[in-house]
Amino acid sequence: MDYRFSEEQSMLKDSLQGWLGRNYQFDQWRRLIARKPPHSEENWKSFASMGWLGITIPEAHGGLGFGAIDQMIIGEAFGSHLVTEPYLSSIVFGSNLILEAGTEVQKAEWLPRIAEGTARLAFAFAEKQSRFSLNTVATHAQKTSNGYTISGEKILVLDAPSADKLIVLARTGGDTTDKTGLSLFLVDPKNPGVSIRAYSTVDDRQAADIIFDNVVAEALIGSEGDALLAVEAVTDRAIAYLCAEGVGAMQALIEATLAYVKVRKQFGQAIGDFQIIQHRIVDLRVQLECSRAMTLYAAVSATADANERARAASAAKVQVGRSARIVGRNAIQLHGGIGMTNELSIGHYFKRLLMVETMLGDIDFHQKRFASLPSELA
Amino acid sequence: MDLALSAEDKAFRQEVRAFIRENLPADIADTARRMFHTHPEDMLRWTKILHQKGWSAPSWPKKYGGTGWSAVQRYIFDEEYCMADGPLPLMAGHGVTMVGPVIYTFGSDEQKARYLPRILTGDDYWCQGFSEPGSGSDLASLKTRAVVDGDEYIINGQKIWTSLAHNANMIFCLARTDTTVKPQQGISFLVFPVDTPGITIRPIISIDRGHSLNETFFENVRVPRSSLVGEEGKGWTYAKFLLGHERFTIAEIARSKRRLQRLRQIARETPVGQGTLLDDPSFQEKATAIEIDLVMLEQMGLRIAWEMDQGIDNMLSASILKLRGSQIIQAVTELSIEAMGYSGLAYESLQDGSMFSPSAPDIAQGKMEEFLFLRAATIYGGSTETQQNILAKMIYAGA
Ligand SMILES: Cc1cc2nc3c(=O)[nH]c(=O)nc-3n(C[C@H](O)[C@H](O)[C@H](O)COP(=O)(O)OP(=O)(O)OC[C@H]3O[C@@H](n4cnc5c(N)ncnc54)[C@H](O)[C@@H]3O)c2cc1C
Repeated sequence: MDYRFSEEQSMLKDSLQGWLGRNYQFDQWRRLIARKPPHSEENWKSFASMGWLGITIPEAHGGLGFGAIDQMIIGEAFGSHLVTEPYLSSIVFGSNLILEAGTEVQKAEWLPRIAEGTARLAFAFAEKQSRFSLNTVATHAQKTSNGYTISGEKILVLDAPSADKLIVLARTGGDTTDKTGLSLFLVDPKNPGVSIRAYSTVDDRQAADIIFDNVVAEALIGSEGDALLAVEAVTDRAIAYLCAEGVGAMQALIEATLAYVKVRKQFGQAIGDFQIIQHRIVDLRVQLECSRAMTLYAAVSATADANERARAASAAKVQVGRSARIVGRNAIQLHGGIGMTNELSIGHYFKRLLMVETMLGDIDFHQKRFASLPSELA
Repeated sequence: MDLALSAEDKAFRQEVRAFIRENLPADIADTARRMFHTHPEDMLRWTKILHQKGWSAPSWPKKYGGTGWSAVQRYIFDEEYCMADGPLPLMAGHGVTMVGPVIYTFGSDEQKARYLPRILTGDDYWCQGFSEPGSGSDLASLKTRAVVDGDEYIINGQKIWTSLAHNANMIFCLARTDTTVKPQQGISFLVFPVDTPGITIRPIISIDRGHSLNETFFENVRVPRSSLVGEEGKGWTYAKFLLGHERFTIAEIARSKRRLQRLRQIARETPVGQGTLLDDPSFQEKATAIEIDLVMLEQMGLRIAWEMDQGIDNMLSASILKLRGSQIIQAVTELSIEAMGYSGLAYESLQDGSMFSPSAPDIAQGKMEEFLFLRAATIYGGSTETQQNILAKMIYAGA
């Protein structure tokens, strides 16, 4: 057992902090979200040159070949600055899905482009009736003489409006909730039959509901019918990343709230001097530490066997979801009226935490998933 | 002891229900369902309809143009009104619920004649200028000054969180008229038009992306001395009277019942696999827990309403009602968002100022805005921590 970061990981942390400190202050963030899409090309290029886009892509394909811990370090840093670039969509999902499910030819074709920032992906998996289940998929792909055509509807495809390609989870066999018969496809969003209904999300980013009407797929990713294994593995890894974002966001919220209660005076004294407020700050810090421990567990377990990996991811997601609620609510509460305004960062972190809590399965979903897995304590 | 409603109360419920069914314009109910902050023009139209019936000021005595209803009747009205998705009464300004009672209780005959009728018809739209940047929970420390100059006061200072000031033509505010006495004793209650020279109103955008909040600046604002309500230096007493009044309505018992009903409707229209969210036992458990809280809140509320009718002023219960009511508001709005799952996260601004989620059912539109805005329910009207401080004082003193 060794809880220390490697030298490379410490350097990654430092370079993230340095870059974000210079380029991602709250006023810079505000200017970013006023754009459409609400992120920047230059930032993406910087991420590429720092190696962050290729973090888990093998060196042979132009990446750094690091692992889930490194991705967690990036997640925490990005969460603490509310980074809006499509990192979760294109890198955590995009590159890892191709890495996990793609053929050697596909890896060679796409991974270098993802790492250098010239190809951006979005992952279309959720459907109206699927709620958070990855295998509840009605969208289907029909085999044709020269490929596949896809029909169905996806919702909340994060970053779809700015993606070069979509990865679509579709059914090539079985019934709507079967665990087999699922396949991944690369789809050009400009293809005929793709209707993208773009909108802003509650945290000021972009997503879309997408209708596929007999859309010709560009390629089947990997082989037909067994995509769920790869999707589950990558999603658990994405959960670790998202939890890390939550930890970063919570840490930033707690720091801001602590600083505020120390200077805000009512009744002739700093409100942070009231013991009820001190205990509340402690409650929030406790939540942060609980979430941090669980996030690390989820990241470390990314390469464990499927059962351990799933347990860790679901347990972490439950903890971070619970903590996010407590920290988010109280950060606003302790700020009073000013916490309710869009002028401060507080509300924006609150809304990001709401996304973190819900995306890839909420507390309820992961509690049930955890319960369904074998336990030593059974 | 008899906790049942009387036959008259039951008949009254039928009368209210029928009136609202026939008279609440469908478009206004629709807007109220989808948006937290409805349009002032709609509120005016609706206030006129209520006024014609004599119901625009449910809480006022008959003498001043109110309904003269008992507190229990008011509760019944509120319940019917909320179940029909009537817009938040506060959206018509703070005339009926806040400044009106202060004016008819402490104001001069001239002020009553001048202001009350225009509140009843909706022609005056009032906003509340109490809070200041440095004075929120500690309201008594407020710094806005009103200095006598001949027949006038000259007002200087700044207010903040002035809800709906941009819709208002009238403001009531607290200002310091005497700096030599204890803070609470130097405060006066003033009323004047918002277009008086020297007043500037600036919008504050809240986390739901909406505009209801404002900053209000006073720079050498001259108002006649007749703007003073009651006695100089008694403003704090009037403000406490007003905030005490508010604590009952702000618990939003009936509105939260409607919220729970809507939440179950959202669950019914939210597909999960082959069924709906309503079939999910863990959802049912959470909704049931809230429903039990609401039964409790209602029982407590009815008792307080009855006590008010008997002239009993139960400050302890009123404070507890606000405390628990705001927590329950947040629990039910939070579960509504949870029920929506992914579809709740889409948040698009429409032309009419409402927010829209393309993949959510109709019944769920507006829920995210409401959830976000109502984070404030535990902040305004005396924050949770403030209620706890008030309660601690009362309980330690033997209440
Ligand atoms: C949506 C909204 C609408 C509003 N509308 C109006 C309006 O129309 N007109 C108007 O005048 N005002 C309005 N307000 C202002 C509201 O009354 C104040 O926000 C409230 O009084 C709290 O003051 P504050 O915001 O300055 O917070 P603060 O008083 O600074 O409080 C910050 C935090 O410290 C806590 N705290 C403060 N003192 C203590 C203590 N002694 N012990 C323990 N904890 C403490 C508070 O509970 C809170 O959590 C509105 C506010 C909101 C959010």
